[in-house]
Amino acid sequence: MTDLLALDKVSRAFGGLRVNENISFRLAPGDRVALIGPNGAGKTTLVNVISGGFAPTSGTLHLEGDDITRLNIPARVQRGLVRTFQVTRLFATLTAADNVALAIMQRRGLTRRFFSAATNAPEVRTEWEQLLGTLGIAHLARITVSQLAYGQQRLLELAIGLALNPKVLLLDEPAAGVPHDEAPKILEAIERLPADIAVLMIEHDMDLVFRFAKRVLVLANGRLIFEGTPQAVTADPEVRRAYLGSYADARRPA
Amino acid sequence: MSSLSTLAKTSDRAFPFAAELMGVLSIAALGVLGFLLFPDDLAFLTRLIGITLLVLSLDLVTGYCGIATLGHAALFGVSAYAVGNACIGGIREPILLLGVGIVAGAITGAISGALITRFRGLPQLVLSIAIGQLVAALANKLSSVTGGSDGLSGITPDPVLGLFRFDMFSRTAFAFSLIVLAVVFVLLLRFVRSPFGLLCRGIRDDDLRAQMIGAVVYPRLVIMYAVSGAVAGVGGALNAMTAGVVGLDSVSFERSAEVLVMLVLGGAGNLWGALFGSVVFQIFEHIVSATNPFHWMTLVGLLLIAIVLFAPRGLSQGVVVLWSKVFRRGGRP
Ligand SMILES: Nc1ncnc2c1ncn2[C@@H]1O[C@H](COP(=O)(O)OP(=O)(O)OP(=O)(O)O)[C@@H](O)[C@H]1O
Ligand SMILES: [Mg+2]
Repeated sequence: MTDLLALDKVSRAFGGLRVNENISFRLAPGDRVALIGPNGAGKTTLVNVISGGFAPTSGTLHLEGDDITRLNIPARVQRGLVRTFQVTRLFATLTAADNVALAIMQRRGLTRRFFSAATNAPEVRTEWEQLLGTLGIAHLARITVSQLAYGQQRLLELAIGLALNPKVLLLDEPAAGVPHDEAPKILEAIERLPADIAVLMIEHDMDLVFRFAKRVLVLANGRLIFEGTPQAVTADPEVRRAYLGSYADARRPA
Repeated sequence: MSSLSTLAKTSDRAFPFAAELMGVLSIAALGVLGFLLFPDDLAFLTRLIGITLLVLSLDLVTGYCGIATLGHAALFGVSAYAVGNACIGGIREPILLLGVGIVAGAITGAISGALITRFRGLPQLVLSIAIGQLVAALANKLSSVTGGSDGLSGITPDPVLGLFRFDMFSRTAFAFSLIVLAVVFVLLLRFVRSPFGLLCRGIRDDDLRAQMIGAVVYPRLVIMYAVSGAVAGVGGALNAMTAGVVGLDSVSFERSAEVLVMLVLGGAGNLWGALFGSVVFQIFEHIVSATNPFHWMTLVGLLLIAIVLFAPRGLSQGVVVLWSKVFRRGGRP
């Protein structure tokens, strides 16, 4: 069993609305996979199901061969299944450094300490300094999150994910809201990750998808309609139809 | 940037206990000031210190964890009754009695925390009120343990360290309470900056985010509640020992509500805010209620409205903002 993550016939419905239907795919060590699809296709919902936010209506999830379908969120994170949020979720009243330091300390089991130093403990500090440096936001370390620009918050969101030393990293549109000239930092940071972890990235920007992914999954109306190389995806007629459909939807007055 | 961070690093190392020292000095200064202002009313200052510990305790759950509660006096009152009974039962050593209060408070805190932190928002608030009312009703009914509406009296602890007798001018009581407050305050200053304290603030900011870094939220909140109970227990123990009586007021809804007002006044989520809110409110109450007993609550109401309008994050934050404006630091509010 070499798969890191395996989804088998995973479905999720909200009332009568089937947002994910019969989704099966695998992530192996070293995978760099893009998940694309029109707005409302169910991509974020799928990440929520994998990360434990929503239980699947049916189907199973395995991480390194273990059934994790019924595990709660922290248990999944502790096993190395980490996600970032499309709409940033950060500790808003804490500083950027505190945010990343908390992830580091939680990973290392240090948050049961009642009287020792936290963010400034030397072994914690070197790690967050380095992480924030990689993403080019080291100068913001001591600034409260609520004072950061949105693009900077996006980068911090990614920093927290990286700080957890993931085995499987699910990135929900990490570049959305990041100024264009800073977007390459995201790819650089991902390229520095250990080669044997699996990364699944939801992304609308096809430039980024082409540079990042060796494999692309396409989700439309809750179903996986394509799995293949980035080159093949643009030629696929069903994918083109799905995107044209969403384009037509988008032009409809709200 | 690198020069800045080395600067910060060296200053960390050069003076690692700056905050703790500030804490001790501030409390000593407040003590001296109180002694000079109210030399004939040390009993009032002693009572003030007991309540201040309850406000600090409330800050741990409300300010640092975002848990809304209007039943916090229960932790204080149960400890006070426990200490009173222990003392009447023969444990007269003050330090030991403090220990009794801490244990009683921690247990009460853990139990009520285990219930209250299961919920969020309004249900949480209502549950905290219910627990507070339950404890108040029990205190009234179980008169063999609590003395009912007459209160529990005859609490006469031994001299502190076998040397300092609790005198009728409350000198010993005041000094003892002040030292205990300083010790607790310094420990708490360290505690809230610890990894555990930081995680609690994280949970307050975003529960789901905390889970997504791998934190199991519920047990953390229960532990924090137990710590909060221990701190309230110190306050309750001091109150029982120094007053010599424990009455129903120590578990009352009014007490719970009043300490919440003090916390908001000073600034929740900040130990300094809790400290100053408690001191300012009680001195204000002491002076105004003496000169104008009928309108003192009106004045408190007006004061609170002013705070909410002009310093919504409490007095302590208001002072910081003013300070940075006056000195044109360009600091962030
Ligand atoms: N908690 C929920 N309850 C009910 N419906 C939901 C819930 N979450 C998502 N949905 C619905 O599921 C559908 C898919 O939403 P989802 O956020 O997964 O799409 P997405 O592919 O991530 O879209 P986008 O590209 O805009 O981020 C939408 O129609 C949405 O309204
Ligand atoms: Mg989405």
